Amino acid sequence: MKNEKSLQIDESVVWDLLKEIKDPEIPVLSIVDLGIVREIKIQSPPPEDGGIEVVITPTYTGCPAMDMIAAAIKIEMATLGFKKVKVTHVISPAWTTDWMSEEGKRKLKEYGIAPPNPKQQVCNDKLFAADEAVQCPHCQSWHTHRISEFGSTACKALYQCDDCKEPFDYFKCH
Amino acid sequence: MSALIDYTLHLADNALILGQRNSEWCGHGPILEQDIAITNISLDLIGQSRSLYQYAVQLKADGSTEDSLAYLRTEREFKNCLLVEQPNGDWAQTMLRQFLFSSYQFYLYKYLQGNTDKTIAAIAEKSLKEVSYHLRWSSEWVIRLGDGTEESRNRMLTAIDELWRYTGELFIAAPYEIELNIDLASLKTEWDNKVKAVMEEATLPFPEKVFMQTGGKAGTHTEQLGYILSDLQYMQRVYPGCEW
Repeated sequence: MKNEKSLQIDESVVWDLLKEIKDPEIPVLSIVDLGIVREIKIQSPPPEDGGIEVVITPTYTGCPAMDMIAAAIKIEMATLGFKKVKVTHVISPAWTTDWMSEEGKRKLKEYGIAPPNPKQQVCNDKLFAADEAVQCPHCQSWHTHRISEFGSTACKALYQCDDCKEPFDYFKCH
Repeated sequence: MSALIDYTLHLADNALILGQRNSEWCGHGPILEQDIAITNISLDLIGQSRSLYQYAVQLKADGSTEDSLAYLRTEREFKNCLLVEQPNGDWAQTMLRQFLFSSYQFYLYKYLQGNTDKTIAAIAEKSLKEVSYHLRWSSEWVIRLGDGTEESRNRMLTAIDELWRYTGELFIAAPYEIELNIDLASLKTEWDNKVKAVMEEATLPFPEKVFMQTGGKAGTHTEQLGYILSDLQYMQRVYPGCEW
């Protein structure tokens, strides 16, 4: 086949490409930063222009961005000449904020959203548990308090800084 | 197989109908943060129902889609329990309904994580993380209102009167639950303990035995469900196949 060679592809090239796809709700984070790309399967040798499967998992079951993300993956892959890319959804093991990259956490903070704490502190069913200590992404103060454990999207809680008084989103541990 | 389809639909309908009910609060919550909280819970529940409907579609393999299951079935075909279709009432009633149901979903999903059906187990594992938030949040509200002012306490007592009669059904096995050996007896013990503990902290009385309404799991609903479906299904009924 004439163009078979040009369609040989290294997995790292696909990962690099997926790093360009942003979460539609948090446009500083790529889907790789978020940890929702679980696996890339490449058949060897790739038959025709297919043979590539990208496995993704939702952050929350109701995440409205999943269909957009799947479409974006197909569009990006098409730019490499892969027109028949399969995007598969898996839900087990369940997504956790532990899968967010350090790079992603840094970018979140710069954007003004407090990144998930490295270790879960209050993700249990204890009632009226102490607020999780979260650093203000604006003034770096630790004097903050939780306003609501549900925020502007399913993955965030709402906090306010007691020093600079700014409210901010916290990407809650999950 | 037909029991598994029915059970999957039952789980999906529970989540969809409560999600739809909670979404009626959108723009009407007592304060902005709680409005956002209850609609977030709606989103989680509707997300869970989507996963379950998608699985039911796979099992049925008869051309149904997740949309046709949600938008084109009639009341008699819905298998949700009666509790989730009850009206929002005031905030106390919505909170108590959420608490009673989240307690149930919490122990049920914990149990279903170990199910031999891998898809059901995966959906349960994923949903459990979300339900843990719902349970904690609604428990805190039951305590806050029950052990709050005279007004909030009275409202919580009225809510118990309104809703308690719909809790018995959760633990009475439908034919599909019997066939799938769903252990509702152990769930009931765990649910009882949880509800008792929270009600005690809320200084609310754990209700005496009352006559329990049943039928939802088999498709015999209270008059509420028809109204919910007429809202939920209106667009697809009037403009079949519409998308936006």
